[in-house]
Amino acid sequence: MSNIVVDKSKVPWWVSNVIVPLVNLTLALLVSGLFIFIAGENPIEAVKLIIYGSFGYIQGFAYTLYYTTNFIFTGLAFAVAFHCRLFNIGGEGQAYIGGLGVFLVAINLSFLPIPIVWLLSICGAFLFGAAWAYIPAYLQSKRGSHVVITTIMFNFIASSLMIFLLVDVIRDTNQMAPHTVKLPEAIWLPSFEAFSGILGIKIRYSPLNLTFLLAIASLFFVWFLVWKTKWGYEMRAVGHNTQAAIYAGISPHKNIIIAMCISGGLAGLLGVNEILGVSHKIQAGFPAGYGFTGIAVALMGRNHPIGILPAAFLFGILYQGGSEVTFEMPNITRYMFVAVQGLIILFSGALENLFRPQIESFFVRRLNKEVNA
Amino acid sequence: MEFLSDIASLINSTLRISTPLVFAAMAGIFAERSGVIDFSLEGKMLMAAFVAAVGSYYLGNPWLGLLLAIIVCVCLSMLHGFASVTHKGDQVVSCVAINILIIGLTTALAAAWFGQAGLTPTLNEEQRFLEIHLPFADSVRDIPIIGTLYSDILSGHYVFVYLAYLSVPIVFWIVFKTSFGLRLRAVGENPSAVDTAGINVFAMRYKALAVNGVLIAFAGAHLSTAVNANFFREMSAGRGYLALAAMIFGKWHPKTALIACLLFGFTDALQIRLQGVELPAIGEIPVQLIQALPYILTVVLLAGFVGKAIAPNAIGQPYIKER
Repeated sequence: MSNIVVDKSKVPWWVSNVIVPLVNLTLALLVSGLFIFIAGENPIEAVKLIIYGSFGYIQGFAYTLYYTTNFIFTGLAFAVAFHCRLFNIGGEGQAYIGGLGVFLVAINLSFLPIPIVWLLSICGAFLFGAAWAYIPAYLQSKRGSHVVITTIMFNFIASSLMIFLLVDVIRDTNQMAPHTVKLPEAIWLPSFEAFSGILGIKIRYSPLNLTFLLAIASLFFVWFLVWKTKWGYEMRAVGHNTQAAIYAGISPHKNIIIAMCISGGLAGLLGVNEILGVSHKIQAGFPAGYGFTGIAVALMGRNHPIGILPAAFLFGILYQGGSEVTFEMPNITRYMFVAVQGLIILFSGALENLFRPQIESFFVRRLNKEVNA
Repeated sequence: MEFLSDIASLINSTLRISTPLVFAAMAGIFAERSGVIDFSLEGKMLMAAFVAAVGSYYLGNPWLGLLLAIIVCVCLSMLHGFASVTHKGDQVVSCVAINILIIGLTTALAAAWFGQAGLTPTLNEEQRFLEIHLPFADSVRDIPIIGTLYSDILSGHYVFVYLAYLSVPIVFWIVFKTSFGLRLRAVGENPSAVDTAGINVFAMRYKALAVNGVLIAFAGAHLSTAVNANFFREMSAGRGYLALAAMIFGKWHPKTALIACLLFGFTDALQIRLQGVELPAIGEIPVQLIQALPYILTVVLLAGFVGKAIAPNAIGQPYIKER
């Protein structure tokens, strides 16, 4: 009897794109549970609180979607650069500077009619974020300065620059705290309360606003750009094999610059959500780690918009549910969830091949049995 | 005379501030010479600072805290190796994961165990390292030049400062004068040739990472049990990245990396002195700009003066043994 051998390429797509990531995620969450246990709290209670906090009531769910909005932007930002094999870990700084862009445009052009001032502010956020990513991109491409170090340095520099501006230049002089004046109420982006009022649902307050739709649109934008345009093809070619790309007449320099600028621009859009949508002013340190979380979101979503959406939602749940946990459990601070992010990056990024061979060969064996039966 | 003592204290603080950078750069040389990228110096330094502070608080002896920090950092290096050498995962992703994990974990555990926002309890004199005063430091102080050099610059540092500068020639000797060093460099340049010669590439990379873990632990312990008497949130403040930049600027070579570390240390020492000082013609420089100086310098050094840095040939690539 001759055995027909099925090789790895016959393993169904959902094994490597759904099963393997879920196994990795589960591992990361199990280790996280261990950390929560070490910190002296009950991990199962924490999970219950996370689920209640993020889904249990409508305001909590609105918060979950608000965080999701931010993570879509920063996740897409990391993913776009990653397709060109660039590690843009400067999302934090680019978002910070993007916030400056949206604020400057909005406050100076607030006399314009509503949709136009919004559009221009969004452009401002994108351009400022892109500009902040341009320098590391240029240095990477022309001088070979590793983009990881330069983008990290640009995070520190952005933070210093913004504190300087907030303290000495654009501070609201009626306040002691370093933040700007509020934007005029007429140009605030409509929030979820406004819509829910129309639908007959009463909620007190939620930071969810129209930017959520911009985030969804960005998912389509990135998908189209990276997979459906000539430029996206060139960029992926540079990322995949620079030498081959040069041979095919594709300029690595041009593509590195474009990829990083789009990446920085997407990170900058976080400023739209935070400033035009929620706080309506620049506060010191408003990117609050969203830029770094974007790395975890992108890696978990396998750098594809279809993956980034659920990954961003998952992190929205972790953030919102996490704040419920920190409220109820005195031993857990929000930093525990930073550690959880690190674990998710570790297991779904660096250790993604930990169980892949075993899982794939399990399916290969099963297919073999079916074929030979 | 006052000018001279100003210079002396500037050099003194340069030596002290450069110390963690020197340890980290030497640690980086081991990892990267073997072909493994190590951006996780930052996270490991932070973890070492946390473990050393907590360890000496509970055990009452800073040396035991240091020992614990070494053990934990070697474990973290092994984790990096497990992900990027054994499982051929992306090395940069592995480093970013470790850094974020450590930022979260140290602060979260400090809060859970000690109830303060990311702080560990202050160590008393027995639980931390003290400044070492070299013999006769007080009696020779008044001798011009030599006295200043000996008493104000060389004497009165923490043990880590002396160890750091001692480590540079030792690292140089190991990397360039021993057969271990030859193999280490070969593994980073051409792993398949090394494999052909019958040397285990994976084992070499793990050994390099183990040394890396030991060295970086000293940097962290210096921060939390010597210059400071406790751990606080994100206290490594980018030093791991600065050290890596110094190492690249020094072209993966201990001596030139040391010079770059001293340059960073000097900039940092200078920025502390410049805060609030009125400069002629410029006036007072905003404090935020001064604080950003080391970071700006890093970017400038990486961009401007290095030319294209030539990394070890096989860096960042997992070694795949052909079957």
